[in-house]
Amino acid sequence: MTNNTSSGTTAIALAPKADRHFDRKGLVQMALLGLLLLVPIAAYFMGHIYYVNLASRMTIIAMAAVGLNLAIGYGGMVSFGHAAYFGLGGYVAGISAYHAFDYSLFMSWPISVPGSDSLLVVWLVAALLCALLALAIGAISLRTTGVYFIMITLAFAQMIYYFANSWPTYGGEDGLPIYIRNTLPLVDSSNSLTYFLICFTGLVLAMAITSRLMKSRFGAALTMARLNDVRLATAGISPYPIRLVAFVISAAITGLAGALYADLNGFVSPTSLSWHFSGELMVIVILGGVGRLYGPLAGAVLFVMMETLLGGITQYWQLFLGLVLLGVVLFAKHGVMGWLAGREHNE
Amino acid sequence: MSDVVLSLQKLHKRFGALQATNDVSLDLQQGEIHALIGPNGAGKSTLIGQIAGNIRPDEGRVYLADTEITGMNIAQRARLGLGRSFQVSSLAEPLSVMRNVMMGVQALQSHSFRFWKPVARDQQLLEPAYEALERMQLSHRAWTPVSELSHGERRQVEVACALALKPRALLLDEPMAGLGPEGSAKLTELLEALKLEVPILLIEHDMEAVFRLADRISVLVSGSVIAHGDSQAIRQDPRVREAYLGDSDA
Amino acid sequence: MSVTLLIEQILNGVQLGTMLFLMASGLTLVFGVMGLINLAHGSFYMVGAYATAAVTASTGSFLLGLSAGIAAAACVGALVELIVIRRLYHRPHLDQVLATFALILIFSEGTRWIFGSSPMRLSPPSWLTGFVTLPGDTRYPIYRLMLIGVGITVSIALYFLISKTRLGMRIRAGESDREMIGALGVNISKLYTVVFALGAGLAGLAGALVGALQSVQVGMGEPVLILAFVVIVIGGIGSIKGALLGALLVGLVDTLGRVYLPIFFRAFMPPSEASGVGAALAAMLIYILMAVILAFKPKGLFSAHD
Repeated sequence: MTNNTSSGTTAIALAPKADRHFDRKGLVQMALLGLLLLVPIAAYFMGHIYYVNLASRMTIIAMAAVGLNLAIGYGGMVSFGHAAYFGLGGYVAGISAYHAFDYSLFMSWPISVPGSDSLLVVWLVAALLCALLALAIGAISLRTTGVYFIMITLAFAQMIYYFANSWPTYGGEDGLPIYIRNTLPLVDSSNSLTYFLICFTGLVLAMAITSRLMKSRFGAALTMARLNDVRLATAGISPYPIRLVAFVISAAITGLAGALYADLNGFVSPTSLSWHFSGELMVIVILGGVGRLYGPLAGAVLFVMMETLLGGITQYWQLFLGLVLLGVVLFAKHGVMGWLAGREHNE
Repeated sequence: MSDVVLSLQKLHKRFGALQATNDVSLDLQQGEIHALIGPNGAGKSTLIGQIAGNIRPDEGRVYLADTEITGMNIAQRARLGLGRSFQVSSLAEPLSVMRNVMMGVQALQSHSFRFWKPVARDQQLLEPAYEALERMQLSHRAWTPVSELSHGERRQVEVACALALKPRALLLDEPMAGLGPEGSAKLTELLEALKLEVPILLIEHDMEAVFRLADRISVLVSGSVIAHGDSQAIRQDPRVREAYLGDSDA
Repeated sequence: MSVTLLIEQILNGVQLGTMLFLMASGLTLVFGVMGLINLAHGSFYMVGAYATAAVTASTGSFLLGLSAGIAAAACVGALVELIVIRRLYHRPHLDQVLATFALILIFSEGTRWIFGSSPMRLSPPSWLTGFVTLPGDTRYPIYRLMLIGVGITVSIALYFLISKTRLGMRIRAGESDREMIGALGVNISKLYTVVFALGAGLAGLAGALVGALQSVQVGMGEPVLILAFVVIVIGGIGSIKGALLGALLVGLVDTLGRVYLPIFFRAFMPPSEASGVGAALAAMLIYILMAVILAFKPKGLFSAHD
């Protein structure tokens, strides 16, 4: 009863290609990214520096959320402690500038480590340190699942928060100012538009990397780890290392955003490490639409706009944020992008 | 002994007061289907767990070909060539059939820390996965989401997933469960063709399928193998009739 | 490094532990019975404290205030369960986290709106101020001793409630088998509301008692909530026994660490640096403890659930 399994054709039916035309989803995404780029440029030339910096803030927070989305949305790891990486990245920028400013050493033994005012150095160190921290936290937390994982990531972030709060050298709970923004070769990072464009590039790169990553073999394994980790193990791939690596990459992206944020504000404080901020990042990911490439961007734009607009009307704007969030969670599970651009299809 | 692909040697497993596996030795040889039957609560699931790697035996060893796999985890065993299917379908529902089957191919080819090349057009992954699907006569459904498949088709996908590992042995846990007579007959046919290439350890309730497919049958009752032989011998074994057919052939 | 200091700090640790237990027992019950992670538990702590402060201020009676605080927290808890929480039982943990995070925002900002940003005054009644002299010449505040007493009483009451009463039997049934309890004909939704309100009331009690010791302000529940999370992660989520042990462990380790770590570092460091390093490490101590315990027992010391 053997069928014709060995006919000559080797060409295998590829996945049906997604429509390359500008459908609704593509349009919404283009519009979102385009507006985020063009509005600040226009504002800059009209002299409204405030709006340029506001756009930088949106961009950076979106980038931090892109990192978190990799863990929560694509990896199914509900981390309630991503402020730890955001804050650590910020402190790398702050501490580096602090030592560069007065030519002191960060440490003198066993090797001497000076500060640096180079953004490239700051970014590299921030990404590496955040990756290392996430490796340690993830290695312990990922042995657990569900509620344990949520609470443990929260607790570890809280540990870093209290550490920064009570360590007096770098300002303790008062935080640490960055008097002069760290610099890049060739361009003037202190110019608000230039700095916005740097942040925008960072965001686009983070999104591009995420997108590419999720289409690769690693992404295929991570998706399977989220949907059905028993299936993944049965197929011969251990879920734990896959998740751990995704967690580390996610933390590095969020950490980079944190470094950008500290340089934007010229200030870093334990607030950026607080659990409240971890919660806000999650809110942004969910508001935008969890597990969607443009979700964090939509969520960040919405969040910062609400904060600015509502915050201008009432100092209790977080009450309304709470109500909106409750509504989204209870009634609109697919977030802003789900509403604007339609459901996401898993090919 | 070179024909033995999978062998369990004196496995013991105890949960508190319950002796779930009691001195079980079994083997699976090249070219055969070896069926493992037993009434509910006989300890089949515990035994499967010890073969597949999610339960550690208290005593005893498990070998795949000449390699001892007793201490290995599920993924390591799978990469060494132990394919398995589950009693309750365990596929990733929202993904296409192809994406489910490709996972095993991916595991076999190298580690999964490859971050750049998209899988959607990776012939190295697609071809072997497609082949496994063709073996289960399901290639026409390659890009259909699992959630849209019929129950019987899902069963076939499960086996295709295991085949993607180019397994040395297949462990099928009640593949006929929930299938109608037609689906059951089709799967029986497919498995019969398959056994020449991959020996199958079959855990099954559907006695018709078991007696038709199995070259050898072992009967598990209360954690112990109480009888062993070809279907003729098992049919006539009084202990089996008493212990097994007596109380669960409802 | 006197014995007096040690006794005093051990008592402080036990006092912190008993208050943490009041918080953690509710959290762990709600998780054990309903499978829900509730971030807004700290809000009930805050509600209890504010209601106690307001009623105490207007009636002049601390006991009346305290009863009002517990009742208010339990009522708010029941209301929240009826309106929001019961829609979340079958949702993924992510949804539960976000919805209860939203509740925190609503409660915190709502309280700030009603009561303003500055802390409210609440102090222990005069008959509970003053000190007692314990063996070894330790002078210890009566109020704190009373807190320990309340904590112990509540623990015992909770033990009897769960092991000896009908309600307790249902709670235990709900923990081990959620479908079963429905099949037994128990009105699950009523049971859930009661358990949730019970947990909220306990949190309100803790908030009121601690509020009189520290201060009553918006956001006061959040640090305690996170400590309570550490407690139940250590103890094993869903286990009351684990919550008790974890609470005492966290209370003692945290309190003693803050006092003795700086002293310890002063032995081989200049004093100013020692207090900085000591304080920073002490702040991290319970999280390190948690990490170590989880490294050996990923499900906590007494896990009731997988």
